[in-house]
Amino acid sequence: MNRLASVPLDTAVSAPAPVHAGAAVVRLTLTDFRCYARLRLDPEATSAVLTGPNGAGKTNLLEALSYLAPGRGLRRARLGDPDRRLPDGSVAGRWSAAIVISTGGDCVTIGTGHEIDGEGQTNGRRIVRRDGAPLSAHRDLAALAAVVWLTPDMDGLFRDGAAGRRAFLDRLVCGFAAEHAGEVAAYQHCLRERARLLAEKAGDATWLDALEDGMARHGVAVAAARLAAVARLDRATRAGIGPFPSARLEMAGEIEDWLQRMPALAAEDKLRAALAAGRDMDAATGGAAVGPHRADLVVFFAGRDVPAVQCSTGEQKALLLSIVLAHARELAAERGTPPIMLLDEVVAHLDGARRAALFDEIAALGAQAWLTGTDDELFAGLRSRARFFRVLDATVTPR
Amino acid sequence: MTGPEIERLIQLLARLPGLGPRSARRAALHLLKRREVLFLPLVEAMTAAASSVRTCSVCGNLDSCDPCTICANPKRDPSQICVVEEIADLWAIERSAAFRGRYHVLGGVLSALDGVGPDDLSIAALVRRAGDPAMKEIILATNATVEGQTTAHYVVDRLAGLPVRVTRLAHGLPVGGELDYLDDGTLAAALQSRRAISSAGGGG
Repeated sequence: MNRLASVPLDTAVSAPAPVHAGAAVVRLTLTDFRCYARLRLDPEATSAVLTGPNGAGKTNLLEALSYLAPGRGLRRARLGDPDRRLPDGSVAGRWSAAIVISTGGDCVTIGTGHEIDGEGQTNGRRIVRRDGAPLSAHRDLAALAAVVWLTPDMDGLFRDGAAGRRAFLDRLVCGFAAEHAGEVAAYQHCLRERARLLAEKAGDATWLDALEDGMARHGVAVAAARLAAVARLDRATRAGIGPFPSARLEMAGEIEDWLQRMPALAAEDKLRAALAAGRDMDAATGGAAVGPHRADLVVFFAGRDVPAVQCSTGEQKALLLSIVLAHARELAAERGTPPIMLLDEVVAHLDGARRAALFDEIAALGAQAWLTGTDDELFAGLRSRARFFRVLDATVTPR
Repeated sequence: MTGPEIERLIQLLARLPGLGPRSARRAALHLLKRREVLFLPLVEAMTAAASSVRTCSVCGNLDSCDPCTICANPKRDPSQICVVEEIADLWAIERSAAFRGRYHVLGGVLSALDGVGPDDLSIAALVRRAGDPAMKEIILATNATVEGQTTAHYVVDRLAGLPVRVTRLAHGLPVGGELDYLDDGTLAAALQSRRAISSAGGGG
């Protein structure tokens, strides 16, 4: 029988674990995760502030929490990447994380890590368990609690390629529609299979028909879910949140255009036909000229109506935060519980007014936020509303 | 530590699915300690199976006779074929005792990334069987995975033009399942596959 990598017993930090009214992490237990050999953290308050010098292990804690969302976490890590390493680079142990979350009074334990076979070896897959029972699909996590994050790696979101923006948007969409992750995965699977067949020039037309049918069905579902989510976020961000800039959001893409003009079934037929007609060109270019993998999320600074990419770095960060806060508001309105927010080094780049507004917004939403930074003073406005931890050399101590 | 015979036994056991070296050592020891009641009967059973079990030339099932017991059974409806990916799926449907027709084992699913194409599956044989004038229905029982559905779509296309009804297993509400616990996709599939239980105005 497969089991999870060993569950840690010792505690580096221990405190009672009260049940939070909204969706909130009440206990995080790590074993051999990045720099942490063993750690147990019981955040007492609604939000947690983690401060410490660079390289102390703050982001590692947020990464562990990001495994509450379907996918590969905020670093998009491969399975073995979070394994704790010895100085010589060898693996000290296979990682596991157990996260207890409270949702409306009930406590649920999500365990994740390497799936370990009867020989004590990893079988190369990640297992996710809910209260000890394996989840059949990681995407089922999305139905339990929504998790969103902002990290310094996302600073270039508006500047870099569209793939990053699509991945960002898809995470937001999963909060609204848990099945979205499955649709995206199914579409990408069919896309890869078709590309392989076209590259080998070995697939018969009927096989390609079957794959293109899958691309059409799943692809239009993906595009429709993105469109619906962007429309909601656009409305919410235009309303503005305190001193954060208003944003205007649009989806740019062929399938998205079709969906504005025709029913979804007609868009499926059109995509099916376009894919069939484009086989020769796609074989030459190694992809697919049309499909939701070509779409882009376009964001404008609403006040001046300029594309986000032309805004200053500070404005881009503020726009990103506007979208994340708008998403949190929409989720709170729809699900009754706001998402768990992982905000890595976000506060340092905000001026005093926006910092205060962010803290107020988190409190108004009733969201649990995990914030990191190097300087305690930046979080003074949260002093009575969050629990503070000092992170130093892979140990975490309450302030 | 042990003689070459035992080491060889352990090595071979370790190649079985689900067993690694440690489990194989445990299994070998268990067999050796129960030589009369387990080990020798197991050896006999394995020898007999290895020499007599073959793949059914009609449906792809495993049996000691060819055609297999199901294909040769005159009580099984020859006008219905249930198409499955693997023999394990055939066994699962047989356990349900809900199907009295015959089977066709594809031997896998289409997967370009794994190098499995139509010629690697028993699709041409299925098309030949479906072309029998006595054939009435082909039931596709591939898994509800992306690969399973792609393969089902491919098979449907290959069967197009034949005077045979092609159906697939319903997707939706599991027996004993509660709506509240179903994911949106399954619930949507259940709604799509709904079935009439009374005609309009005829319910009273």
